[in-house]
This record gives sequence, structure tokens and C-alpha cells, in this order.
Amino acid sequence: MSKMLRKGLALAALGLALIGGQAMAASEADEPRAPSGGWNFDGPFGKFDMAQLQRGYKVYREVCSACHAMDLMYFRNLGQKGGPFYDPKYPNPNDNPYVKSLAKDIQVKDIDNDTGDPVQRPATPADKFPAPFPNEPAARASNGGALPPDLSVISKAREGGPSYIYSLVGLGFNAPVPAGLTVPAGKYFNPYFVGDVSSAWHGKGPAPKGGFISMPPPLAPGKVTFDDKTPSTVQQQAKDVAAFLAWAAEPKQEERKAFGLGAMIYLFLLTVIVYFSYRRIWRNVSH
Amino acid sequence: MSGHSTYEPKTGFERWLDTRLPIIRFMNDTALDFPTPKNLNYWWTFGGILALMLGIQIVTGIVLAMHYVPHVDYAFNSVERIRRDVNYGWLIQFMHANGASMFFLAVYVHIFRNLYYGSYKAPREVLWILGCVIYLLMIITAFMGYVLPWGQMSFHGAVVITNLIGALPVVGKSITTWLWGGFAVDDPTLNRFFSLHYLMPFVIAGVVILHIWALHVPGNNNPKGVDVKSKADTVPFHPYYTVKDGFAICVFLLMYATFVFYMPDVLGDAINYVKANPLVTPQHIVPEWYLLPFYAILRAVPNKLMGVILMFAAIAVLFILPWLDTSKVRSMRYRPTARLYLGIFFLACLVLGFCGANPPDQPILGHEPSGFMLLDADINSIVWLSRIGALYYFAYFLLVMPILGLTETPLPVPEGISEPVLSHPAAAPTGAAAAPEKRG
Ligand code: HEC
Ligand code: HEM
Repeated sequence: MSKMLRKGLALAALGLALIGGQAMAASEADEPRAPSGGWNFDGPFGKFDMAQLQRGYKVYREVCSACHAMDLMYFRNLGQKGGPFYDPKYPNPNDNPYVKSLAKDIQVKDIDNDTGDPVQRPATPADKFPAPFPNEPAARASNGGALPPDLSVISKAREGGPSYIYSLVGLGFNAPVPAGLTVPAGKYFNPYFVGDVSSAWHGKGPAPKGGFISMPPPLAPGKVTFDDKTPSTVQQQAKDVAAFLAWAAEPKQEERKAFGLGAMIYLFLLTVIVYFSYRRIWRNVSH
Repeated sequence: MSGHSTYEPKTGFERWLDTRLPIIRFMNDTALDFPTPKNLNYWWTFGGILALMLGIQIVTGIVLAMHYVPHVDYAFNSVERIRRDVNYGWLIQFMHANGASMFFLAVYVHIFRNLYYGSYKAPREVLWILGCVIYLLMIITAFMGYVLPWGQMSFHGAVVITNLIGALPVVGKSITTWLWGGFAVDDPTLNRFFSLHYLMPFVIAGVVILHIWALHVPGNNNPKGVDVKSKADTVPFHPYYTVKDGFAICVFLLMYATFVFYMPDVLGDAINYVKANPLVTPQHIVPEWYLLPFYAILRAVPNKLMGVILMFAAIAVLFILPWLDTSKVRSMRYRPTARLYLGIFFLACLVLGFCGANPPDQPILGHEPSGFMLLDADINSIVWLSRIGALYYFAYFLLVMPILGLTETPLPVPEGISEPVLSHPAAAPTGAAAAPEKRG
């Protein structure tokens, strides 16, 4: 390997680091923060905490689902391997009684087979999570003109992922609004929401980072009662719902990491074996 | 294909087949016994890596196409369905998406290897040009593939790039409409991009066959850049290079797997997880990392048409490279000055990539513009950095390469692959470079 090319590689790494650093500096909001202790599903060996996913689902169901759809989610997903209510006794999640009972509490739209009339019926595990609004104009009309985005893959659709969601709903609304900032009617200041508040800024110094969001603060202490008696603080609710959304964005990510471990070990052993074959085959060639 | 065949049919059937379709002879001579310089280093393993990546993209792509729905209303969700509900769909989808990046990573190493060792020079010009064709086809394929998941960046990227053609005088508008299949990027556009994205890799595979054919006529170049003189300079491709390439492939796969299994989204853009919405334009529209330098060249020019021309010229100039380089010495091991300029060229490509990733008016040093306008833009801005980068990009090919070859004094070049001594033909005692057969 020539020195030149080795230097080139080092420079390439540096260049990539530079691009990454710059891209972050360009955003106009506070850097999202992970909860203290981080996320236990981070890293190559990270796994979801089932209890946390269950609490997170409850927060979504009782709070967020009033405004946000999750179009890619089916009730059966809750009982699949790696899901919040997975039970090894029921490898087919459609049979999982707990998932069935969760679904049954929710009404979904259907057509009456005899009359053709639209009806409501209790959901089954095979049903999608129903959307809170029949269409986009209806969603906007109920939210001061803003559209609550679908939350199915929101954790992948925002820089910072779960930490962003946690910061947005768990920390951002608690911060006092800086004196000198005029918050428009129907909007809320949130330092983690990317925006530009300079036109509403009359205070000293540069305008604060953050933006005006049309989502009213969704969480409040005690708003959700957790079945496992976890104290229901705003930050706890935010942490749990962010974990649930991180899972929902890629329900098979635990499978991905587990499969990856096997694949890496296999490839590593193969690499070693091929390397020694290489050394053996080339032993008599001077080059 | 070059040299005489070493194949001897052993069984009756082989002899029978050999006089009718000598396919086993062909395979033997091209893939097993092909005489290959014995001094190839690891930079020569990337051709094999590229062939593997092309295979992986085709296989995973065919499976994805079984489940993908090319319709503006369903495309986004169908990709998610593949990840969520298809058995091992997540694996196939992440392999394909990250595979594209790995493919480009490998092709850039492959191209820079050729620049460094002068592999594009006679008698390998056609080989090089076929490589350039492959690279161009790869760019087109990757661009269309990126549109298919129909996320925000897919859609708006497609709008920006197809609109470039509209900059052509007179015919631009009609061509764009024809390309779109309508008056905007919409369902017909998505459908034809899917159709062509499926087709292109097979076209690439065809050109790869020509590429390897063109390789096997002159044979491989090598790190010393000198011609093979005798059999002592070579080893048969199998097992020597199958095992060496195999080892490099394994290492490459380990890196690829790290992306697929542990950071499948880092090379992508978060905004592409938002379904395409023609009414909401993302703040920064950027292509995937491997196209950023060209995007920077495009935006460096205030005039749209000139920008488009320059962007295409950046690729076109590669095609005439063999005739721009006037140096007779192939390998830059013996061209220290050329090495320096190539290093700067590599840096310029990184700088251009950096510029392509950031908004044109963004300051480079500090957070404030300098306040000093040069022509149309602040001098402390991405625009001016892109212009410097683009200027060097073209100057390297159009000025440095032709002039340097005529003016530089290269180091002494060994006479053959097996000669260890770097001797000035004039200064060395006669016969010093003789008897290469004694080694190897
Ligand atoms: C009263 C309705 C309502 C409820 C309840 C609600 N949201 Fe929202 N949410 C909105 C609206 C409206 C927006 C769009 C805001 C905008 O674009 O200004 C939004 C936006 C968001 C965003 C996207 C912000 C961005 O970066 O674009 C996230 C994430 C989010 N909500 C998470 C949640 C979570 C988690 C919950 C439950 C704890 C929740 N929301 C409950 C109405 C709601
Ligand atoms: C699908 C993409 C490609 C595949 C599969 C491929 C395959 C190969 C293979 C197997 C070799 C011989 C081994 C080696 O030297 O690494 C080779 C050599 C070569 N390739 Fe490519 N290649 C591809 C793209 C390109 C591109 C984009 C270029 C240039 C623009 C290029 C230029 C060359 C040259 C000049 C050589 C001869 C190098 C030498 O022997 O020193 N190739 N290619």
C-alpha cells in the first residue's frame, strides 16, 4: 500500500467528519437530548425494554392518537416477536388474547355486508390502527391549519430520532418562553422544533433557537396511568412514547441486530480462513 | 484470449463439446489460467469487489421488485411493507439501499487506482472508456433507483435533476415533458423510472463483459506500470488471485455488513422517510453522497445551462483522459510531482462533496459571511469554495495532465516486474537488470 493512498484514506475520513459536523451546525434548533442513561435499544447489542414499550403504547393510544395516525401499524404488530405484547405462547400474534383485547377496545370503520352501510365495529389484530381524522383537511381544520404528521416512521424521519421526540414533547414545552418573544396565537414555542422565530423577537441579542409549533403541549404529569405503577411524569411519558415510536419505525430492528451478530461472526471467521489460504498459496511467490 | 490456450479437454464429453462450443476452454482461459502480474496489490481487488456488488444489487433488486408497487400512492408504503411484512425483507431492502453506496465507494477506489497507476494509458484506452461508460450508467441507475421509494428527497431530487434538462435551449421543455410523461414528475415518471431502473443493471452487466474482454487483451497493468515481459512475471489467476480477491471481498463484506446491520440509515437522508409531497419543498435538496461533487459543480455556476454543461463535462472529460495525459510513465510511483497533484485532486473532490452537501450561501469559516462580495457572492461562502474546487477539477485534467507529462522528470523506472533494482539506465553498470528469470 503506498503512503500516498493511505494518506488519502485518512483525508477521506476527515472529509466525511467535516461534512457531518457542518450539517449539524446548520440546523436552527437546540440539539436533541437523550434521556439520562441513554436508550437501552442503542448500539449493536441494545434491546427494547418490553415494559417501556407497553407504557409507550399506552401514551400513544391515550394521548397522541387523538391527533396522529400510524398508518403503517396493525394491532397484530403489537404481539409480534420483539413487540410490546409478544407472548411466546402465541407465535401468531393474531391469536394473542391480550392483543385481541387491546384491539377490541378500539372502533374501526367497516361496511355492513348485508346492507352496504358504513358501520363501526371493534377492531381485530388484523386491523390497522385507525386514523383520528377522515382526511387531511379535517386534520388541519381541527389543528389550527397544521397537519399532525403520521407517526409510523417519525423516529427515522427526524434528525435525532427518539431523542428528538423525547426532547420535543418531554423537555421543549417545559422551558419558559424567553422574555421578548411574541408567540403567535395558537402556536407554542419549542426550542427543539426547527424554525425561525427572528421576526417575533424583540429581546436583546440574537433570537433564540427553536420554532413555533402548532401542537399544544400534549403531555402533563399524571395524564397517563401506567399499569406497572411507574410514576407518570412528563419526562417518563415522553421517554416511553419515544421508545415506542423508535420500535414502531422498524419493528424488526432487534431481529436485524441479532441476525447481524451471526453474520459478522461468520464473515469474520471466513475472512480469517481465506487470509490463511492466501498466505499459504502465495508462500512461494516473491512479489 | 491472449496467448495460447492451456486447456486440455479430459473427458470424451469435454472433447466433443470443445469442437462445437469451446465454452469450457473459454472459461478456463479467462477465469482460471489467465496470466496475471504477480505484483498486484490490494487496490487491484476492487474490480472483483465491483463485480460482486453488481451481482448483489441485481439479486436483491429482483426480489424487491416482486413486492414493490410503482405507484405514487403506494410506493412509499410498499417499501415499508417489504421491511415489515416480507420475510427477511428488511435484510434485502437494507442490502440494496446500502449496496448502492458500497458499489460507488468501490468504483471510486477503482477509478482512483487507475488514475494513480496510469492504467488508462495505452494499450488500455478502450478498457478505460468502457469503465467510464459503466460509471455513467451507474449514476443514471442510482438516480432512478433513489426516486423509487417516493420519499420527499426522492421526489424533489427528481424534480431538480429532470428540470436541468429544461435548461437546454429550444428543445429543453419538450424533452422534459417527454421524460416526465406529463407536465410534472408524477405517476408516469415513477413507472418509467422503475422500468428503466430494472433494465439498466443488465446493460451495465453487458458492458462489464466488454470491459473484462478489453482487460484480457492487453492484460492487467500493475503497480510498477511496466509491461509483463515473461511468464516469470505472472501467476495464473486461479488460485493466486481468486484467493487474494476473495480475502479482500471478505473484508469489504464485513464493512458492508456493519452498515446493513448496525447503521442502515446513516448514509441516507432522514427526510426521505417522509412520503413525497409536491406541495412541501424540503429546505435543502441534496443528492446521495456519491453524487455530491457533481451537484457542487452544477451549483457553482450562476447560469443554469452552463452549470448543466459543466456538470456533464466533469464526467465527459474522463473519457478523453488517455489522450490528455502526455506522460509515458504509467505508475505514479515514479512520478512524485504528479502524485502531489493527484493528491490535491482527491482533496478537491472531497471539498466539492462537502460543498454539494451544504447550502450555497453558507459561510465556510465562522458563522458570519465576510461581507465582501466577489462578483455575485460573498467570498466566505460555499459558492466560492465550489468554484475553486471545480476550477481545480478541470485544471487537473486539462492543464496539469498534459503539461506535467512534458515537463516533469520522473524517477528511474524499473525495466520489468521482476527487477528489484531502480537503476538509472545510464548510471547503472550494464547487465544489472539482467536475468530476471533468477527470481520469482
Ligand atoms: C392536539 C393534537 C395533538 C396531540 C394530542 C399530539 N400532537 Fe403531535 N402534532 C400535532 C400537530 C398539529 C403537529 C404539527 C405541528 C406543526 O407542524 O407545527 C404535531 C407534530 C408532531 C411531531 C412532529 C414535529 C416535527 O418535527 O415536525 C411530533 C414528533 C409529534 N407531534 C409527536 C407527538 C407525540 C409523541 C404526541 C403524544 C405524546 C403528540 N404529538 C400528540 C398535534 C398533536
Ligand atoms: C460495474 C462496475 C465495474 C466492474 C464490475 C469492473 C470490473 C473490473 C475488473 C474485474 C477489473 C480487473 C481487476 C482490477 O483491475 O481491479 C477491472 C479493471 C479495470 N477497470 Fe473496471 N470495473 C467497473 C467499473 C470501472 C470504471 C467505472 C472504470 C473507470 C472509469 C474502470 C476502469 C478500469 C480499468 C482502467 C481497469 C484496468 C486496471 C488494471 O488492470 O490496471 N472500471 N474492472
